[in-house]
Amino acid sequence: MKNILAIPAMLGAASLGIIRNAGQWGVFSLTALLGIVHVRRLVPKILYDIYFIGFKSLNIIVLVAFFTGMVLGLQGYYTLIKFSAEGMLGVAVALSLVRELGPVLTAIMLIGRAGSSISAEIGIMRISEQIDALSTMDVDPVRYLVTPKIIASLICFPLLTAIFDCVGILGGYFSSVLLSSRSGIFFSKIQSSLLLSDVTGGFIKSFVFAFIVITISCYCGYYTHQNQSSAGAEGVSNSTTSAVVQSCVYVLIADYVITSFLM
Amino acid sequence: MNSQTPLIQLRNISKAFSGREILRGATLDIRRNEITAIIGKSGGGKSVLVKHIIGLITADSGEIIFDGTAYSTMKRKDFSAIKNRCSYMFQNNALFDSMTVFENIALPLREKFTFAKKDIEDKVRARIEQLELGEVAQMYPKQISGGMQKRVALARALVTEPEIIFFDEPTTGLDPIRKKTVFSMIHHYHEKLNFTAVIITHDIPDIFYIAHSVNILDEGRIIFSGSPVALEQSSDPDLYTYTHGHEMLIDELTGLSNRLALMRKIEASGLDRKSGAQLVLVTVRLVGMRTVMDYKGELLAHAFIRNLAKFVHSFLPPDACAGMFSKEILVLAARTTDESTLQMFLNQLTRYFANLAVESYCHKHRLQVEIGGTVVSDESSAYSAIQEALATSKKYV
Repeated sequence: MKNILAIPAMLGAASLGIIRNAGQWGVFSLTALLGIVHVRRLVPKILYDIYFIGFKSLNIIVLVAFFTGMVLGLQGYYTLIKFSAEGMLGVAVALSLVRELGPVLTAIMLIGRAGSSISAEIGIMRISEQIDALSTMDVDPVRYLVTPKIIASLICFPLLTAIFDCVGILGGYFSSVLLSSRSGIFFSKIQSSLLLSDVTGGFIKSFVFAFIVITISCYCGYYTHQNQSSAGAEGVSNSTTSAVVQSCVYVLIADYVITSFLM
Repeated sequence: MNSQTPLIQLRNISKAFSGREILRGATLDIRRNEITAIIGKSGGGKSVLVKHIIGLITADSGEIIFDGTAYSTMKRKDFSAIKNRCSYMFQNNALFDSMTVFENIALPLREKFTFAKKDIEDKVRARIEQLELGEVAQMYPKQISGGMQKRVALARALVTEPEIIFFDEPTTGLDPIRKKTVFSMIHHYHEKLNFTAVIITHDIPDIFYIAHSVNILDEGRIIFSGSPVALEQSSDPDLYTYTHGHEMLIDELTGLSNRLALMRKIEASGLDRKSGAQLVLVTVRLVGMRTVMDYKGELLAHAFIRNLAKFVHSFLPPDACAGMFSKEILVLAARTTDESTLQMFLNQLTRYFANLAVESYCHKHRLQVEIGGTVVSDESSAYSAIQEALATSKKYV
């Protein structure tokens, strides 16, 4: 009888854990968003976070974008040539990047580059009592640590997505130049087929992804001490892993949901 | 509010972490403008208790009353005002490793107040100079030593000139000279600024010289609360560990009981009324030992007592006890039915002090040895039994 009851009990406990975490994340994110009212005082920190999240990620974004564009160009060319539609390569590359791959890959690159780092940084601040020190100074740690990062990421993610899209299209163009002599049609087709709604959709996604990635990364680091199974350095390591995995999963889920609304 | 009323009152605070009880109804009063010390064993919940006051931990049960208002009835804004009056120096310093020493000290001023940039710089520089941190002002905490980090944390705690400062082990990790400097600085700042200080520490007896009241936290409860003088004069054996903790290593090394343990053993022995058994008590008075300690050093005196203790343990029966009644009086006590025990003890000790090396040592350091012994009646208290034995003392060296 005990064994039979153990399974629903376990499921119940897991469900309660998920609900509790979701609630805590919601309150945490809302508190951080409300901190935007103190934006003037946070300007130096926001500028630093823009530099850290945005500028320092630029190299990797450009590199990944260029090769993604090239691969899209390559794959697209060999697919489209079967239907004698290689002239549509520019549209295929541009639409794939602007609507889908640009925001998603930018978000995933930033999860690896900035999200993990932010989670580890806040986690270490938690275990070394730096966050408690802020509390004792009557400084709201969420406002002080998380709000600037949210504002910075809401600025950086769309900009980096735009750079990703442009460099990716250039990568696709480079592929088409290597493979075909009719490269001039690449940009003319993009100009005639790419709509503003495609670009807007991509930017909506990048805003949502920015919020998801930064709040989850900060949340996992901030509550490192609540991790029952590990503490100290191991706790920070687990928080960082958790931040990366959860951010990736929720970005992909959000991507599907937003796409279904935008279609 | 009446000035006699404590500024902060903790009433029956209980707290458990993952089912492990850390505090079990701790009650503590912190008086205005006084230095309150909290001592206790490591991991005993001292920091946890104090963190309740600053709001870092919420109690499972109990109440905290600040300036006459209970936390449970206090609005968030009022609690925020309390935090603004307080400062907390963390045990592990909690310095921001992404900020320089200067920025760390300036942080509370920048975040809590609206001072002009120049005023902040002046205040920070003043603290940096007072704590001799000028050379490291532009370094990061990881680039400086643990002792310096401690001083930076202290500077950060003092920079806002708060009304109440919580010092969580402010001298841990510091060398003895710096320890004294930190306590002396807290004392002088207290004299000058008249703040209320709560110090968690293991530095006994140093803390007794600056604290107005001492609280001992043991097993999650405050077992003593009073002045350092009252603590020192207390005959409660449970408090001995805390007041004479620094002497316990010597007790361990020599195998001799301390005064309280010795008295308890003698009294327990007296209560044990076995038929025909009697309590034999021998005293060895080392006249001049205090002078040796004061002028020639504790280590020299300790080496002598350690050798004497080793010899005493070589002939002492297993159920007998030996201990230092004072720094100059060694007491041997044994309950026995053998009437020759007293004489055996006296003979052994006489033989020891007749040893040429011991005798020349005593002459060299102007030590006089008097040995006394008696058979004590069961009705005597330990104290009077020792006095009785001392009265029979004869000079041997």
